[in-house]
This record gives sequence, structure tokens and C-alpha cells, in this order.
Amino acid sequence: MAASAIVPPSPELLESEWKTPDRGKVGITFLILTETSLFTMFVATYLIYIGKSLTGPYPKDVLEIPILATICLLSSSGTIVFAEHALEREELGRFKVWWLATLLLGLIFLAYTGIEWRHLIYVDHLTISTNLFGTTFYSLVGLHASHVIVGAVFLTLVLVVTLRGFPIATQKRRVMFLSWYWHFVDAVWVVVFTVVYIIGR
Amino acid sequence: MASIDYPLERPEAAPREFSFSESLYKWVATVDHKRLGLMYMVSALVFLVIAGIMASVMRLQLAVPNNHLVGPATFNRLFTMHGTTMVFLVGMPIVAGMANYLVPLMIGARDMAFPRLNAFGFWIFLFGGVLLYYSYLGGSGLSGAGSAPDVGWFAYAPLTEKAFSHGASTDFWALGVLVSGFGSIASAINVIATCVSLRCPGMTLARMPVFVWVMLVDAWLVLVVLPPLSAAQIMLLLDRFLGAHFFDTQFGGSAVLWQHMFWIFGHPEVYILIFPAFGTLSEVIPIFARKPIFGRPAMVGAVVAIGFISLGVWAHHMFAIGMTSWSNTFFAAASMLVGVPTGIKIFNWTATMYGGKIRFAVSMMFCCGFLLQFLVAGLTGIMLAIAPFDWQLHDSYFVVAHFHFTLIGGLVFGVFAGIYYWFPKVTGKMLSETLGKWHFWLFCIGFNLTFIPLHFAGMLGMPRRIYTYAAGRGWESWNTIATIGVFFQIAGIACFAWNVIQSVRSGKAAGDDPWDAWTLEWATTSPPPEYNFEKLPVVRSSRPLWDLKHPQDPDWKYD
Amino acid sequence: MLALAALAWLQSPTPALTEHRIANIFKPLASPAESEYQIALFSFVITGAIFVAVAGLIIYTMVRFRRRRDDDTRQEPPQVYGSNQIEAAWTVIPILIVFVLIGVTARVVASVENASPPASTVKLTLIGHQWWWEVQYPDFGVVTANEIHVPVSRDGAHTATYLQLESVDVIHSFWVPQLSGKTDLIPNRDNFLWIDPREPGVYLGNCAEYCGTQHANMLLRVIAEERSDFERWAAEQRRPAEQDGQIGEARATFESLSCVNCHTVKGTAAAGKFGPDLTHLMSRQTLGAGVLANTGANLRAWVNDPQQSKPGCFMPSMKLTDRELDQVVAYLQTLK
Ligand code: HEA
Ligand code: HEA
Ligand code: HEC
Ligand code: CUA
Ligand SMILES: [Cu+2]
Repeated sequence: MAASAIVPPSPELLESEWKTPDRGKVGITFLILTETSLFTMFVATYLIYIGKSLTGPYPKDVLEIPILATICLLSSSGTIVFAEHALEREELGRFKVWWLATLLLGLIFLAYTGIEWRHLIYVDHLTISTNLFGTTFYSLVGLHASHVIVGAVFLTLVLVVTLRGFPIATQKRRVMFLSWYWHFVDAVWVVVFTVVYIIGR
Repeated sequence: MASIDYPLERPEAAPREFSFSESLYKWVATVDHKRLGLMYMVSALVFLVIAGIMASVMRLQLAVPNNHLVGPATFNRLFTMHGTTMVFLVGMPIVAGMANYLVPLMIGARDMAFPRLNAFGFWIFLFGGVLLYYSYLGGSGLSGAGSAPDVGWFAYAPLTEKAFSHGASTDFWALGVLVSGFGSIASAINVIATCVSLRCPGMTLARMPVFVWVMLVDAWLVLVVLPPLSAAQIMLLLDRFLGAHFFDTQFGGSAVLWQHMFWIFGHPEVYILIFPAFGTLSEVIPIFARKPIFGRPAMVGAVVAIGFISLGVWAHHMFAIGMTSWSNTFFAAASMLVGVPTGIKIFNWTATMYGGKIRFAVSMMFCCGFLLQFLVAGLTGIMLAIAPFDWQLHDSYFVVAHFHFTLIGGLVFGVFAGIYYWFPKVTGKMLSETLGKWHFWLFCIGFNLTFIPLHFAGMLGMPRRIYTYAAGRGWESWNTIATIGVFFQIAGIACFAWNVIQSVRSGKAAGDDPWDAWTLEWATTSPPPEYNFEKLPVVRSSRPLWDLKHPQDPDWKYD
Repeated sequence: MLALAALAWLQSPTPALTEHRIANIFKPLASPAESEYQIALFSFVITGAIFVAVAGLIIYTMVRFRRRRDDDTRQEPPQVYGSNQIEAAWTVIPILIVFVLIGVTARVVASVENASPPASTVKLTLIGHQWWWEVQYPDFGVVTANEIHVPVSRDGAHTATYLQLESVDVIHSFWVPQLSGKTDLIPNRDNFLWIDPREPGVYLGNCAEYCGTQHANMLLRVIAEERSDFERWAAEQRRPAEQDGQIGEARATFESLSCVNCHTVKGTAAAGKFGPDLTHLMSRQTLGAGVLANTGANLRAWVNDPQQSKPGCFMPSMKLTDRELDQVVAYLQTLK
């Protein structure tokens, strides 16, 4: 056989019938897998250190349950779905509205976190170096918040691009991936919320 | 079978000389998976030599008792940098490099799924490596005295806390490894997406070469276990820079938490490192024994099983921390269970050779070396897994001997087998078999001479990570022999380096398929063109080129 | 084979020393080390057998099926894809072996970890410091360093020493191979261990967890002696330092130096806690956790500049004048 072989296409299998999963979807899925692993470690550490602080302030003294922020963040998972659907049906106007709503809800969440931290630091004198509670609280909530920030940045980018009239077709996939990521960030918040504000108190 | 003969058209690459700056630009700006793969491999080999030289200095220091060649501070930096470099800057880029170069070729794809992410991964990896080595200058400012990290490659807390590790050297360790880890994650996502999405028509998962399967599981492992290390390093950096108390025992923090997080990463990591060698053997042995891999499904299943079981054995590195007898037993049991799928692999490789016509090309010699040495390594691993025995062996030179048997006798031998096998594909030139045999024998003898004696030093109570020892404790002769072995290893690697240089300059032309092989990478030119395949291949079995070469008895008949 | 030959070598008798310098794990002299030795032998036999069988198979295959010169290179060997029976066999057999190993391991783990030490134990607390060991006997009111005295365990009078392991800084590990495997000394966590040496003698051990610059010189000696000798030793140690009138000036010099900030000498102004207790310094065999034998010359060298013999250790060079040095060393030598 000639050294320079090439494989013959077999008659019963043509390239056009060959379907493999979308690489973007695969990529995002596994990105989320690895992020999950990262959060798991911080959550586990939080759980391990509950009640191990040698000095105050303790969670039950200073933590308020962030109901409003939670509602905002969770409902933003809904608005982003509406936005996606709108884009699917090529209703650009509605897309923009829902998209903007998602972004605003995310920003409200971040603002609440900012206010909460400010209060903790200046009023309750809890910093990352005060005790184990401070250490684990700021790092876990901060890690989550940093993911919200990244999400918000990308939401903004898409918004800007859309407002400047970018072709919809190229947007669709991006919007889909971003919405997966956003759902993930929301799901993580459910865990963080449970661990920090319910179990941890 | 209606075999259509496709004449291969090859647009001859324009015979144009590139100027130095042009070709430099081509390399730096490339997103081609083959160039990136090569860059990974070359950096790995460069780091191998650097870390190997460090190891040689350590061995010289330990050759005789009460030696004062290097002081304690220098020695501690040497083994820290040696271990860290070998694991993160040699082992990991080998994983990424081999996957990058070979996976697309083997599954008949034109590139990786995300070429630019791929380039990003390489450069961020290299940046992490440079950052780590910058610690020699920046660890305590440019004051002259170098200050690389000296906390050991697993950097146990609280030794790494600010209170016990002043200066910035530990920060460089955490940051450098963290950053290079992002590169590994990028490359792992890429490998998975490539394997899942870019297979050529007909390349079902069941037909994917075992090598590709191994790299797929490897990438999955990277994604699952690298974040725990990153998390631990982020926490350490928070401790060091912001005064957090994750590992601060004075504030109620736990010293054991670091160990858990590190080894949740660390144990699967050793499988991440050995997998490229497993993959290589699964490709090389069939070709040189002239038989298909024995029990393909079992081989793939074993890798998947290792991938899962290895997630649950981490605390066998922590038998001495005073765990409950239940935990000790559980982790001992899980560790020994890993031996079962690993055994399946060894048996199936042997069965592949059984009944074949084995051709002992250098590549195959390295495979045989692997089989015997990895067997020893695995069995000493089983001894370590027996918790009560490990209470004696833990942190002794027996462990050092065990893991060098896995990492050199296994990983490095496997990688050399791979290099001798795929070098013709990558460069279009053959490596010299004569020099290769010198390389094999010198390295094999040297390696065994170095690391067999260290088992005995360990059983005589020699702890690891000691910069010197007193005479009369029964360790001298073992250590002297071990050091002599290193000279053979250096000679072996020098042969290899010479061989590569010679062959690139004036090696025999390889042709496209010098080994008469069966997987898709041999269906294109050597070296492959930028787009890999003129026309995307279509396959009907796991050995497409076998089908082509044996139209009267193709593999797909048995699928 | 190699392993067996080596085993034979390891078992060969070493010259009778009261100082067991060669800390061979295959010559256990206390119960924990003994159980570990038993299971070690067992695992050697099993893994040795696996090695012989599997390596034999591999080598046989390599030799038997190598390509011969007269082989027809164009003729491929029969293509065999696998065999379910054979593969099942080499999956099931290792599983069985592994189960045996797990069973034995579980038993030994439990027997060592959950064994209650014999009655009438001596209790001591071993505290790891970078890079020396603090030894406290709360029941005897004794504090010493780097050398552990324990009563020997006789068949009639089985006795054990119970160690509580703590650390003030980083992780260290207790390892005296002939007496017991390792247990770590971890800050903010209490670990326990017991030993019952069967022969009088000095057993050498090391810190076995990397703990910083001088980890190599964090050596440990366990001195097993007859019960009566042990009790005599403890009584000696409990006494405050000798008040030798002759040496009053030297003592004053010592007390005027900053040594007292780090060292304790019971019955004097020296009450530092950072370094080893020096009250009965001269009763110890080594200095600096085993770097130097405790001789006059070495003591002088150590006090003059500990960084010379133990670079990086946490006792600074005290830069004493020759006179001060003479006096301090003279004083220390009275601390019997
Ligand atoms: C490539 C790397 C690699 C590989 C593959 C392995 C494989 C194994 N290792 Fe190893 N190990 C390391 C790298 C590796 N190790 C490193 C780097 C360290 C030290 C880290 C440090 O402290 O710095 C270490 C340390 C280490 C320890 C901790 C020692 C200590 O510090 O106290 C233990 C304990 O259980 C262990 C066990 C095992 C086991 C059970 C296997 C098994 O996977 C082996 C399985 C293989 C076989 C068993 C042989 C083939 C099987 C058969 C022929 C079937 C028949 C066999 C049976 C029925 C048993 N290893
Ligand atoms: C892939 C992993 C890998 C590899 C390949 C090696 C390779 C080698 N290792 Fe390594 N080693 C580790 C991983 C590895 N090691 C790890 C993880 C640790 C633990 C670290 C820790 O405790 O934190 C360790 C620790 C370790 C120790 C224990 C240190 C201690 O505990 O005190 C020793 C001591 O002998 C040692 C020796 C060697 C030697 C002699 C080689 C040799 O095989 C090296 C051979 C290579 C060369 C010799 C280079 C050849 C160079 C040339 C050909 C160039 C010619 C020269 C010039 C032109 C100048 N290693
Ligand atoms: C800053 C604290 C510090 C000061 C001051 C100090 N030492 Fe020490 N000393 C130590 C430490 C720590 C060790 C243990 C060193 C080691 O083994 O790593 C030690 C060990 C010793 C030992 C060996 C003890 C043994 O059992 O091995 C002697 C003797 C000694 N010091 C004497 C002195 C004298 C005399 C002075 C004053 C001239 C002095 N030290 C001042 C901290 C100090
Ligand atoms: Cu203490 Cu090592
Ligand atoms: Cu392990």
C-alpha cells in the first residue's frame, strides 16, 4: 500500500449525515463543571469553619438575610430566558428590554452586596482578617460576587453591541452561552445563600 | 468493499525561506494546534533538563554523609523547585502538548475546537512557569541572594503562612502554579470539545483511538481536580496578602484542610501525569507487535475507572495525620482498588504483545521498560496503600523511590516511547535507532541504579527532604550508588538531545507512514500540512489505515 | 527476587549496640512497629508473588514473540481483538487479592489504633518546635528536650509510654522506626501514640515531616531504660539547677545575657520558653536536636555560634566576648 494513504469515504456514510455536538456548548458545559469544582471547595471550607471562630462578631449577630437581593438575582434568571426567547423570535425590541432588565437586576444584587459589606466592615468591624467567619464569608460571597461582576460585564458588552446594531445571527449563540453562565451563577447563589445565611446562622 | 483510490494531491509548500523575525512571528502568533503542541513539548523538555540539573545537584549533595556542597536553604529550594517544575512545568505541558499535537490528527480534525483559547493556554502556562522561576530574583527583592520557594512541592500549611515563610518566595510558588493551572484548564476544555465535536465522519466514540480516549479522560480529570488546588492557592494568597486565616492555626484555622484540598488535587494529578504514557503505550505496542490492542473496551473502561476511583483515594498521603481507623481503612481500600484497572491495562498490553511479532524499535524498548518498571512502581504503591506499612514508609526515601518509579519509569519512559514513535510524523525525519538504543540503555540502567537503592535507604529510616545526614546510619552506600546512577541518566539524556539535533539537521527522511501504522495521523504527510488533511477522512473502524491496507480483511467487519 | 534478597540483607544481624543507629523498620523492638513489620512482610510476600508472576509473563512474551530474522515481514500475525474470559479472569483475581489485602489492613489498622496501651503507662507530651522537641512529663513535673526517656517494657511487667503530640508552629512528625511508625505533630490538633520498647537502648528517630530550613537536623532519641533507672532519671530531672557557690560569677554572667529570654533554667532568673529547657543540659547526649554530641568543645562552639553547626536555626549567634563565653560555658557545664 502506498505510504501516502488516505481513507476512502465509505458509501453508506456521508459527511453530511455526520452530526457531532456543538463545540461551544461542550466548552461552556465543561467550563461550568470546573467552576462547580472551584465553588465546591469554598463552600466545603465554609461549612467546615462554621462555628470555629475564636472571637466575634459571629454570623448570628451581624448577618441579615438578603431577601431582596436574592429575589432580584433569581428573577434575573427568568428575564434572561425571556430575552433569549425574544431573540429567538427576532423581536429585537423586547430582547433589549429583557436584557436590560437582567443587567439591572444583577447590578441591584451587586449593589446590595456592596452595602452589606460596607455595613459589616464599618459598623460591625468584621473584615477578612477578623476571624474565621470573616475569612470564609468574604471569600465565598466575594468569589460569587466576582462571577456576577464578570457576568454583568459580558451582559453589558452584548447590550452595547446590540444597540449598535450587530447582526442578530451572531448574537444568538453568545446570548445562549451567557444565559447558561448566568443560570449557573444563580444556582451557585442558591447554594451560597443556604450555606451562609441559613446553615451558617 | 468499494475501495475508491484517492490520489493524494499535495500542493507543495512554497519553497520560500523565512527570515528569522518572520518565523519567530509565525511561532509566537500561531494558533495552529501542531505548533502549540510542539511548543508545549519543547518547553517541557527544557524544564526537564533544568529540573534534572537541580536533581543532579541534590544527588551530589546526598552522595556522602555530612556533605557541605549546598547549604540547607539552597537544598530546600532545590527539591521544591525540582518537584514543582517536574509536576507542573514538565508533566502538565506534556499532557497538553501530546493532546494538542495528536488528538486532532488522530480523530481526523483540522484543528482544536478553540484555537485561540489554545494559544492563550500555552502562553499563560509559560507565563506561570516564568513567574515561578522569577522567584530566584524576586523572592526577596533583587538583593542578590536568590530565594526560590522552599516549602516543598505540596507546600503544607502552616509552613507557608506569613509567620513561617517571610518574603515573597511562597507567593511566587502559589501565583506561578495558579496561573499555569489556568493554562491547563484552557487546554483541557479544548481537548474535550475537540474530542466530542470535531471527530471526522464515522469516528464514533467506540472507534476513537485509545490514546484519544485517555486524553479525554485526562482532560476531564484536569477540569475536576485542578480547581481544588486553585482554591487552596487562592486561600493561601488571601492569607498571605489580606491576613485571612484559612490555614492560620493560631486563629483556629486548620492545618489539615490544606492537605485535604491539595491531595484531592494531588492524587488524581499523578494519574493526569501518567495518562499520556498510558495512551502512548496503547498506540505504540499494537504497531510494533502487529496486533490490534487487546480488549479495547476494557482498556477504555479501565481508564475511565481509574479516572473515577482516583478521586476517592487522596488521604492515602495523609495516613500519618492521625485519622480515625475508619478513614484509614477506607482510603487504604480505595487506593488498592485502583490497582485493579491499572492491572487490567498492564495485562492487556501484555496480551497485545502475546502472539504478535514484536519489533524492538527504540520506541518499543521504552514501552517494555515502562511495563516492567511501572509494575514495580505500582506494587510499591500497593505497599504504601497498606496504611500500617505506610506509617513506617511515609515521607521516607521509599516514597521518593516509589514515585520516581512511576514518574520516570512510567511517565518519562512512556513519553520517550512516544517521542521516538511520533518524531518522524512531526519532523519528517527519522531518529537514529543506534543513538536511541544508547539512550535507552544508559537511561534505563542509570534510572534503576538511582532509584532501586533509595527504597532500601527508606526502609532503613531515611526521611526525605533532608539536606544532609550523619554517617553510620546505614544510608551512605545506598545514596552513593544512587548518585552514580545519575551520571548514566545524564549520559542517556545527552544521547537523546544529540539524536534530536542530528536528526532535525540531517536525519533520514521518514516518509508518511514509516511504522506501517493504523491510525489517522499516519494518513497525512510528515510533517502534516497546516490544515492536517486535504480532505476530511471518513472512517469505519478503529484502525482506518488497516482497513485500507487490508481491503480483503478490514477491521470494520468485526465491529 | 531483588526484594527478597534485600530483605535477607536487611534482616542480617547488626553489631550489638545499645545505640540503635540503624533504624531498620525490619527490626522492630516495640508493639506498634512489630505489627507494622508483620503486615510489611505479608505485603512483601503478596506483591513479590505478583511481581514474579506478572514480570515473568511480560518477559516471556517479549522473548517468545520477538520478531525473528527469518520472519516474513509482510505476513501479519493473527489479529486477536480480545477475550472476555481471559479479561474477566484478570479482573476478578486482582479484586480477590485486593480484598484480602483490605481485610488484613483493616485488622491491623484497628489493632494498632484502637489497642488500649497496657496499664501503668508513663504519659508525656511531645511538642514540636522548629527545629527541636520539647518533652514534658506532667506527672513527674519534668521538662526536657530532644531526648525522651521511657521505661522498657518487660514480659512480666508490660508497660508503655503514652505520647500526646502537639506543635507550636508548623507540622512535624514523630518517627522512631524501630518503635513505631509516624504520627504527625500538628498545631491546633492533638494526636496520640504509644510505644513500649522491649530492649534497653537508645533508639534514633527523625522529624519526618518537612518543617523548614533545619528539618534535616531535627533528630530525636528515645532512651529506653529499666523502670528503676527511669524513675531515678525523672527524680534527678525534677530538681532545680545545682547552686554551685564556686560558679556564682559565671552564673551571674549567664543571667545577665539575653539567654534568659529564650531558655529556662529552673531555680534561676532564666525562664524563657522559646528555646529548650537547659536545667539539666549536661544530662543530655546531644546538642541542637542531635547535630552535635554534647561535649565541652561542642558546647562552646554551639554557644559561640549555633549558626555554624545548624545554619538557619532560631538561636542567633550571641556574639559573646571570649570571657563571657568561657563563663557561660562553665556555668552550663554545671547543669548536670
Ligand atoms: C504517575 C504517578 C503515580 C502513579 C501512577 C501512582 C500510583 C499509585 N500510588 Fe503513588 N505517588 C506518586 C505518584 C504516583 N503514584 C507520587 C508523586 C507520590 C508522592 C507525593 C509526595 O509525597 O511528594 C505518591 C505517593 C503515594 C502514596 C503516599 C505515600 C506517602 O507519602 O506516605 C501512596 C499510598 O497509598 C501511593 C499509592 C499508590 C498506588 C496504590 C498506586 C496505584 O495506582 C498503583 C497501581 C498499579 C499496580 C498495583 C501494578 C499493576 C497491577 C497489577 C499487576 C494487578 C495485580 C495487582 C494487585 C492485585 C495489587 N502513592
Ligand atoms: C516527572 C517528575 C520527576 C522526574 C522526571 C524526576 C527526576 C529525578 N529526580 Fe525527582 N522529584 C519529583 C519528581 C520528578 N523527579 C518530585 C515531585 C519530588 C518531590 C519534591 C518535594 O519533595 O517537594 C522529587 C524529589 C526528588 C528527590 C528527593 C529530594 C528530597 O526529598 O530531599 C530526589 C533525590 O534524589 C530526586 C532525584 C531525581 C533525579 C536524580 C531525577 C533524574 O531522573 C533526573 C534526570 C534528568 C537529568 C539528569 C537532566 C539531564 C540533563 C542534561 C542531559 C543536560 C546536561 C547538562 C548540562 C549541559 C549542564 N527527586
Ligand atoms: C532568640 C532566642 C535564643 C537566645 C537569645 C538564646 N538561645 Fe539558645 N536556643 C534557642 C533555640 C531556638 C534553640 C534550639 C535550636 C535548635 O535545636 O534548633 C537553642 C538551643 C540552645 C542550646 C542547645 C540545647 C539542647 O538541648 O540542644 C544551648 C546549650 C543554648 N541554646 C544555650 C544558649 C545560651 C548560652 C544563650 C545565651 C548566650 C542562648 N542559648 C541564647 C534560642 C535562643
Ligand atoms: Cu520538624 Cu521536620
Ligand atoms: Cu496518591
